[in-house]
Amino acid sequence: MRRAVIIFTAVLGFLFASLGLGATSALAEGETLQGTLINAGQPVTGVVIKVADEGGTPAGEATSGADGKWSVAVSGPGTYKVDLDTATLPQGVVVTTGRSSLTLPVFEGAARNVLFPLGPAAGAPGAPDPDEGGTSNLSRVLDLVYTGIHFGLIIALAALGLSLIFGTMGLTNFAHGELVTFGALAAFLLNVTVGLPLELAAVLAVVLGGAFGYFQDRFFWGWLRNRRTGLIGMMIISIGAALILRYTYLFFFRGDTRQFAQYVAQPGIDLGPISVAPKNLLMDAIAIVVLVVVSLALIKTRLGKATRAVSTNPALAAASGISVDSVIRLVWTIGGALAALSGVMLAVFQGINYQMGFQILLLVFAAVTLGGLGTAFGALLGSMVVGLATQLSTLWIPTELKNVGALAVLIVIILIRPQGILGRRERIG
Amino acid sequence: MNWDIIFGVSIESLINATMIAYALAAIGLNVHFGYTGLLNFGQSAFLGVAAYGLAMTVSTFGLPFWTGILVGLAGAVVLALLLGIPTLRLRADYLAIVTIAAAEIVRLLFRSVSLSEWTGGSDGLQRFSDDFFTMNPYSSALEIGIVSFDERELWVMTVGWLLIAISLLIVFLSMRSPWGRVIKAIREDEDAVRSLGKNVVSYKMQSLILGGVLGSLGGFIFALSRAAVQPDTYGTEFTFYMYTIVILGGAARVFGPVVGSMIFWFLLAFINALLPSLISEGYIPSWFMDANQAGAVGFILVGLGLVLLLIFRPQGIFGDKKEVMLDGR
Repeated sequence: MRRAVIIFTAVLGFLFASLGLGATSALAEGETLQGTLINAGQPVTGVVIKVADEGGTPAGEATSGADGKWSVAVSGPGTYKVDLDTATLPQGVVVTTGRSSLTLPVFEGAARNVLFPLGPAAGAPGAPDPDEGGTSNLSRVLDLVYTGIHFGLIIALAALGLSLIFGTMGLTNFAHGELVTFGALAAFLLNVTVGLPLELAAVLAVVLGGAFGYFQDRFFWGWLRNRRTGLIGMMIISIGAALILRYTYLFFFRGDTRQFAQYVAQPGIDLGPISVAPKNLLMDAIAIVVLVVVSLALIKTRLGKATRAVSTNPALAAASGISVDSVIRLVWTIGGALAALSGVMLAVFQGINYQMGFQILLLVFAAVTLGGLGTAFGALLGSMVVGLATQLSTLWIPTELKNVGALAVLIVIILIRPQGILGRRERIG
Repeated sequence: MNWDIIFGVSIESLINATMIAYALAAIGLNVHFGYTGLLNFGQSAFLGVAAYGLAMTVSTFGLPFWTGILVGLAGAVVLALLLGIPTLRLRADYLAIVTIAAAEIVRLLFRSVSLSEWTGGSDGLQRFSDDFFTMNPYSSALEIGIVSFDERELWVMTVGWLLIAISLLIVFLSMRSPWGRVIKAIREDEDAVRSLGKNVVSYKMQSLILGGVLGSLGGFIFALSRAAVQPDTYGTEFTFYMYTIVILGGAARVFGPVVGSMIFWFLLAFINALLPSLISEGYIPSWFMDANQAGAVGFILVGLGLVLLLIFRPQGIFGDKKEVMLDGR
């Protein structure tokens, strides 16, 4: 069995190595500086970007296209000065950091992303001003409600898997965030490096995520269960596993935030007072369908019944002829696939980064705990609460502190209703 | 290959300020996790609160150094109370989730722009350690063979090792007292202790405060040795390093955290010095790994070490398997 784990690790390592090498060689065509200009979710076109080398000699110039993208190929690695010509920005739009000129190093064979955050100028029409009249305030609230639901669905996909795994094997899996990142990275690899359309890449990423979950349990967690590793031991092992995975991602993917090749900035369509990009609506629909199907399967099918039986009492379930191990393996497979889907959605929402999964892990924990640890429907409800709480709290507190709001809600709920919203009343202390 | 530098840096890591800070933090965590069985995943917050308590008092409000130390210690006690009141009645995994959430809240607050007037935002704070270094009795650097420390490092290390000695004495004495026996009994069987009429929650709270205050000493050393505080150093990885150290040295052993920290930092410093020099000398081809990626390797190895330790030797180097609390209830 130990040999199997070693072989598995070696195979996985080789897989990652070959995938990672593919990624770097595809990028090694030449050094470029690139970026996407987006203002309030809409691409900004016609903005002139000038690039000069260290000595001040112009190295290139680009104008942002219809999708807001621009890129300047430079002659080699080195330090470059990137100037955004503010005169070419649409009226009322400014670089929110006030730094329209950036000096950046470009590494050998790398495409360097340059970020110019754009936003409405203070005092200009369209600037988010809390004291504005009723209609725009209402649309802002509705906008946040929609974003909250969208974000809540992303969390729910990850939370359902985490909750099922906790329910069936009692493991608080700190490496679940890395399953989310895995989905996003797999989709990125297939979409950008291999060149498949994003839709196909996303489907394959979900399949790969399920396989990743299956193999994790088949060769690692199942093995630990057979060794009768204690639950707290496994929890700390999952932290170690999360560190290994996260920094393996960093090793191969590097620290930048990147975007898919398609659907980066999609113009929104008007839905009453708010404007939503169709890609988000489509993903919401997919997420809702998936969540409903998994929930129905839990209630209606024999396997779902078996899963709930294992959650309630593993020993009794085993005694009545349910194969506890294969139920747990199934749960890991489903959990991995759901997490991968969540990762793809999150990547479309905010870009791909090696620690994106870890960053939402605490919110997923908050959602699962809010709903009641180990209850699948509680996790869905908790996710919606967390999604709406993070977004709506920005009405009162700065955006950078929105996660603080959600985590504070978690602590308050634990204080007054420790079993969670839908949790069974049981002794947990 | 400059082996003098590689080995010099590694040997310095056996006794330098970073190792001391981690050792103190791990001594505190050992009180929580090793002796009491509390799964505190927010130890980094105790260090952060102490470091920022000191830095903000001196740098932002211009008060004396010793007031800063008192504020830092008080901050750790208050944090322990805030963490403990909602969670100590709950099962171990709830405590883990709440403490890690609280540590993230603390870090996000320290780095938030809206509070940067006091905390310095993501840049952190500097210029709070002058009073500490004016007390420095050393006037020249120390150089023995390939190891060298300047006079500031020497002063921080002297104070640090003194604090380690005091902390170990406190842990040793308290754990062989009747109080310590109750604490260890809580780890073994909480209900049995409750049935003997002990107030379990109150004992756990005392343990949380003691471990938090010991950890906060590590926060002072960490901040003073760098003469700066920066919010992102107090992230969750900080806590995970401490867990690796506690488990490596052996949980529920007085000297475990110190030995664990020495071994941990020796190995990590060795790897972090060896890999970049192997890359620059061309022994590791650049298509495989560059200097940026070498940093990630250190983290991967820490994670791997933690996993392998827990699977094959959960009691660490010195621990007793019977005394390691790894079973959920």
